[in-house]
Amino acid sequence: MTAHLLSGGFADPPADAAHAFRAIMQAMARPGTIHDVTGARPPAPLSIAAGTALLTLCDRTTPLFLGPSHDTAEVRAWVTFHCAAPLVTAGDAAFALGTWDALLPTDRFPIGNPEYPDRAATLIVELPALDPVGATLTGPGIRDTATLPLPDPAAFAANHARFPLGWDAILTCGDRVAAVPRSTAIHTGEAR
Amino acid sequence: MTAHDPGQAYNFAYLDEDTKRMIRRAILKGLAVPGYQVPFASREMPMPYGWGTGGVQVTAACLTPDDTLKVIDQGADDTTNAVSIRGFFRRVAGVATTERTAEATVIQTRHRIPETPLTGDQILVYQVPIPEPLRFLEPRETETRRMHALSDYGLMQVRLYEDIARHGEIATSYAYPVKVAGHYVMDPSPIPRFDNPKMHMSAAIQLFGAGREQRIYAVPPWTGVVSLDFDDHPFTASKADHPCAICGATDSYLDEVITDDAGGRMFVCSDTDYCATRQESGHD
Repeated sequence: MTAHLLSGGFADPPADAAHAFRAIMQAMARPGTIHDVTGARPPAPLSIAAGTALLTLCDRTTPLFLGPSHDTAEVRAWVTFHCAAPLVTAGDAAFALGTWDALLPTDRFPIGNPEYPDRAATLIVELPALDPVGATLTGPGIRDTATLPLPDPAAFAANHARFPLGWDAILTCGDRVAAVPRSTAIHTGEAR
Repeated sequence: MTAHDPGQAYNFAYLDEDTKRMIRRAILKGLAVPGYQVPFASREMPMPYGWGTGGVQVTAACLTPDDTLKVIDQGADDTTNAVSIRGFFRRVAGVATTERTAEATVIQTRHRIPETPLTGDQILVYQVPIPEPLRFLEPRETETRRMHALSDYGLMQVRLYEDIARHGEIATSYAYPVKVAGHYVMDPSPIPRFDNPKMHMSAAIQLFGAGREQRIYAVPPWTGVVSLDFDDHPFTASKADHPCAICGATDSYLDEVITDDAGGRMFVCSDTDYCATRQESGHD
């Protein structure tokens, strides 16, 4: 454990977490919108946005799954020190972190049950790029349509098909964040 | 440190960070499943249940030091509940407060939606006493959960039908049940049914907090919110059939005010900011 793993947390936790949450909430409430988040300076390969999301949402009550892409000694140590989230297998996760390929297969994650659809995982998916291009989205929070670069639109469409069950995804890249809740419908074709 | 007073004896916005994270996670799940009531570990607040402890906790979890907060109680900024919650957050969060709907970034409300249309930059936080719309029809939580899971809302339609059978119309005038995004039936909190259409395709995020009942739910912006009705008895948004006695508005929800003990009464805007703004611009 080196000293730099003790740093990289929020400088002013109440204010930094409040600003970060507002950005994440706007992203979840308005799928397709992309927001800047700052505050965390996590070790690679964690992005600033993913690190900030962890600090904002995760603590010792939220089991966390680290995909192989992010399951490094440094990330484990940083998460353990700053969030204290128990590191678990995919089936027990409240949050999961990794690149899309590292999170596959996504049907391992809890999707809630009909009485308690909230008992579902939130996936924090690290993307190589996050711009408003790609799959077309409609649904609650979207006035007309929105676009996001989903790594596998068919998987998101299948996740939406079992609404109100399903996982929710926070997409991160650098210091930018977007979200695709299970309520969002995915249109993969060129024209609808 | 940020703008809030570093010497104060409370964490920013009163709640500790663990509690805020827990509430924030519930809000995100609520937004992901519009209209579904997410259980949360409601905290004891320094005010009694019924004073808006659920709304206060949701507001506390949402506030940033840069926010401007407005609090209304039945549309009024100057009633005890609104004044004390505004004062609470001025003290424990150091945020700016306003009575102007257009200037606010977060609006906590008890039982009204402001007349001035909300924008995408605003968040509306409702104080909710009984979040379960089916509770008075089915007291068992296990049963109401199953009914929501199956979208089994026939009992609610029967209740509205009984209104028609008894009164010739749907007599429910507040807490009028709505269906959100085509799935969950939701209690919009005891807002007058006059306000129900404002929830539909709103530009603002709408969050609902029930402290005693420990539930949080949400309606994202641009989400369909449909008041339950029948083809032959369509929903109507009703209000007292008068203009406001002070500002003359014919499009705002009115409170009936008793003025003497001889039957005298007047109808005035329930939304005090709307009424005051109209008076300032020369309406009377």
